[in-house]
Amino acid sequence: MTSHIAAIGWRKKRSGLRWLVCAGIVATFVGLPLAGLFLQAIQGSPGLWAHLISTILPAHLVDTLILLCGVGVVTTVVGTTTAWLVTAYAFPGRRILEWALLLPLAVPTYIVAYAYLDILHPIGSVQGAIRWWLGYSSPRQFRLPDVRSMTGCILLLGFVLYPYVYIPTRAMFVTQSANLIDAARTLGISRHGIFWNVALPLARPAVAVGVSLALMETLNDVGAAEFLGVRTLTVSIYTTWITRSDLPGASQIALLLLLIVVGLVALERWARRRQRYSADARRHRSLKPHCITGIKGMILFMLGFTPILIGFAAPALYLVTEALKRVRFAGLSPRLQHEAVNTISLAAIATLVTILLGVVIAYTNRLRPGAVSSWSYRLATMGYAAPGTVVAIGVLIVLASVDRFIDRTALEWFGLSTGLLIMGSGAALIYAYAMRFLAISAGGIDAGLSRISLSLDHASRTLGQSPAGTFRHVHLPLSKAAITAAGLLVFVDCVKELPATLLLRPLNVETFATHLYGEAARGTYEEASIAALAILLIGMAPVILLSRIGRETR
Amino acid sequence: MTKHAFATSTLLAASLCLSAGAASAAEINIYTTREPGLIQPLLDAFTKSTGTKVNTVFLKDGLPERVAAEGASSPADILMAVDAGSLVDLAEKGVTQPIESATLNAAIPAQLRDAKGHWFALSMRARVLYAAKDLDLASFNYEDLADPKWKGKVCIRAGQHPYNTALFADYIAHYGAAETEKWLTGVKANLARKAGGGDRDGAKDIMGGICDIAIANSYYVGLMRSGKGGADQVKWGEAIKVVLPTFKNGGTQVNISGAAVAKHAPNKAEAVKLLEYLVSDDAQKIYAEANYEYPVKAGAKADPIIAALGELKIDSKPLTEIVSHRKQASALVDKVGFDN
Repeated sequence: MTSHIAAIGWRKKRSGLRWLVCAGIVATFVGLPLAGLFLQAIQGSPGLWAHLISTILPAHLVDTLILLCGVGVVTTVVGTTTAWLVTAYAFPGRRILEWALLLPLAVPTYIVAYAYLDILHPIGSVQGAIRWWLGYSSPRQFRLPDVRSMTGCILLLGFVLYPYVYIPTRAMFVTQSANLIDAARTLGISRHGIFWNVALPLARPAVAVGVSLALMETLNDVGAAEFLGVRTLTVSIYTTWITRSDLPGASQIALLLLLIVVGLVALERWARRRQRYSADARRHRSLKPHCITGIKGMILFMLGFTPILIGFAAPALYLVTEALKRVRFAGLSPRLQHEAVNTISLAAIATLVTILLGVVIAYTNRLRPGAVSSWSYRLATMGYAAPGTVVAIGVLIVLASVDRFIDRTALEWFGLSTGLLIMGSGAALIYAYAMRFLAISAGGIDAGLSRISLSLDHASRTLGQSPAGTFRHVHLPLSKAAITAAGLLVFVDCVKELPATLLLRPLNVETFATHLYGEAARGTYEEASIAALAILLIGMAPVILLSRIGRETR
Repeated sequence: MTKHAFATSTLLAASLCLSAGAASAAEINIYTTREPGLIQPLLDAFTKSTGTKVNTVFLKDGLPERVAAEGASSPADILMAVDAGSLVDLAEKGVTQPIESATLNAAIPAQLRDAKGHWFALSMRARVLYAAKDLDLASFNYEDLADPKWKGKVCIRAGQHPYNTALFADYIAHYGAAETEKWLTGVKANLARKAGGGDRDGAKDIMGGICDIAIANSYYVGLMRSGKGGADQVKWGEAIKVVLPTFKNGGTQVNISGAAVAKHAPNKAEAVKLLEYLVSDDAQKIYAEANYEYPVKAGAKADPIIAALGELKIDSKPLTEIVSHRKQASALVDKVGFDN
């Protein structure tokens, strides 16, 4: 009997070890390009920091922090209030808002920035209408302040990126035990008070995850910041690399940026180190929404619709009119069909790979909590924090060395040169996507798993299931929604991804994003608007699916 | 996802993944930072007359890094880039090889190609002045951009953009770093808005009343006025007049687009043939017209829209000298806080 228990215990340890090794491999796989970056950085760049500190660094650092704080505040406010609005209140149109609030996810920030620059320009439609209404004939007599400013950039990014906060926060509000809220109501606390004192504190981990994703997107953005004239550290990376041909220096700034992000995330974790958020295994009774009709209901609807209008509807409408102009002028290009196939298949495969790797990372973190698994988790999620092009350079360095190694070995053993196998192939792109977006999949799956009580794991293991079996029979059914949601987010991000795709794709292969970039590069913006609209349409389908998952978990 | 859809996408992705490295002997691979759609008609014509297929991939940042990482196995034959600095960078990173071609040397003036044959210019663009239609302005010197009379009236893209660092480097070539710093401080003080956006925004902002003058590349005038960019851009193009500015003791600053043969080009001979084709009389005309640039070959004509801007008097400072100042120019941009 004792020996039997000991055998189970030993097996338990061993099989967990297998997961741990896998997680270590995945983390290494993601860490390698960052290591490549590090190797670049230590080649040194004499005089760079003296120059940076005495010139632009203080200003850019301050601008970066202002932008991060601003976007953090806007996404938190918009994300949590809209999530609470559609959870705690029932009003006409709530069902539509529930899914429509996700739509800004489908539009890349650089497209939104470009659209607004045009819509709000002194010669654009909005100011034109205002001038006509006020009776001015020329923009020289009257014009509004320029959108190209820090405030413009914060508002724009905030209203496009708030869904990153809305999704996890709403999931938290929906699945939160209504018992706590009922208890609060019994104690005579108003709905308003419940939001501040019960719901929001309980949702804090979800808000934190969402905001950190939004901030990483912000740091990644180069296009919107460039259009809007905001100089962040990301722009300094580009200047150092491209204008001064100093890749080691650029890598150093990129690593500094990465350090800032890791620091921010660690700070947030530290701030809530004493709090534990676990749920029990019983089915939740969700919060019963408060019915509001009439004028008040309409006001609530308008409140919930405003972020959709700013982050999605207005730029989408702009794209549709621009694309229509073009189609009427030149018809649809036959290229679009190939590009659709490329975009969708690359994104689909990358999503599957990313989800698999995410499961390994997140599940190991649960199975064998400890230094190794938590470091694997952290390392695996860092690819999201560095700017896309810089990550792509890291990927380039790693894959080229692997290719050279294979080529040399094959030549030695079989007298056969293999040339480049991975570089310049679709596999290189999938690697880059997986490494970039593992943070989303591992984070989402981890959040889904953390809602499952550990006692279920113990029961399953006592009944003789292996870790893999436990995952298949217990965790997978219970976290299917979270895994699918993570997959859809990764898919949308792959479709929107530009810098790594541009740098690593094979000859003669275009996706919608690279087509859009190419058209923009030669200034045919109307043609570009068709590709932009295509990205938006492909992105919308998963986004709408995503909202249905949210509904089913209830 | 259904099983069927899954299987289909797996197959598609597998075929995508394996499409690399399948280049056969009779193909030329071009890595380019210039959008290849513009020169596709020329590449098609080349394929038609020689039977050699031409593959392209449009890269932006990181072209030199990709070629360098691919090393001896790189499939790249030709590297194309805009901006003289980028071409010199390619040569300095050691990813190009010297080409000795009598045809290329005869067609391209010596100051527009590398002395050792590492790179060749294929077209030129000038850094010109866009001005509001009602301004009485027949000529302009780059030096005037710092004149306080233009306070709050100048629009320009980011000072760190290679098009601007090339102009500032030319200023250094004429006047030295100290004078250039003073001038840049003056230009910065004259800006109507933060330096940023693209060159076309200069025209758009002049039309929107934000500024009176803007510095931008010559070919955008063609792209806007020709209607290739759509109806709105025609309005922007018509809202401005264009002056070819000069240095007080020189001419108009020009930059180039050009090409180099990759160090490990699998098809060097074919690659050189394609470059030679691109400097033939007919190809030069089409190559320049495609993007409203100036041809490099004497005698080849620019598009009428560009020709109408007036006679181009190219600045006397050689490209290689200008390019050698580009890092210093970039450092000065930071020093005076031009983009802040």
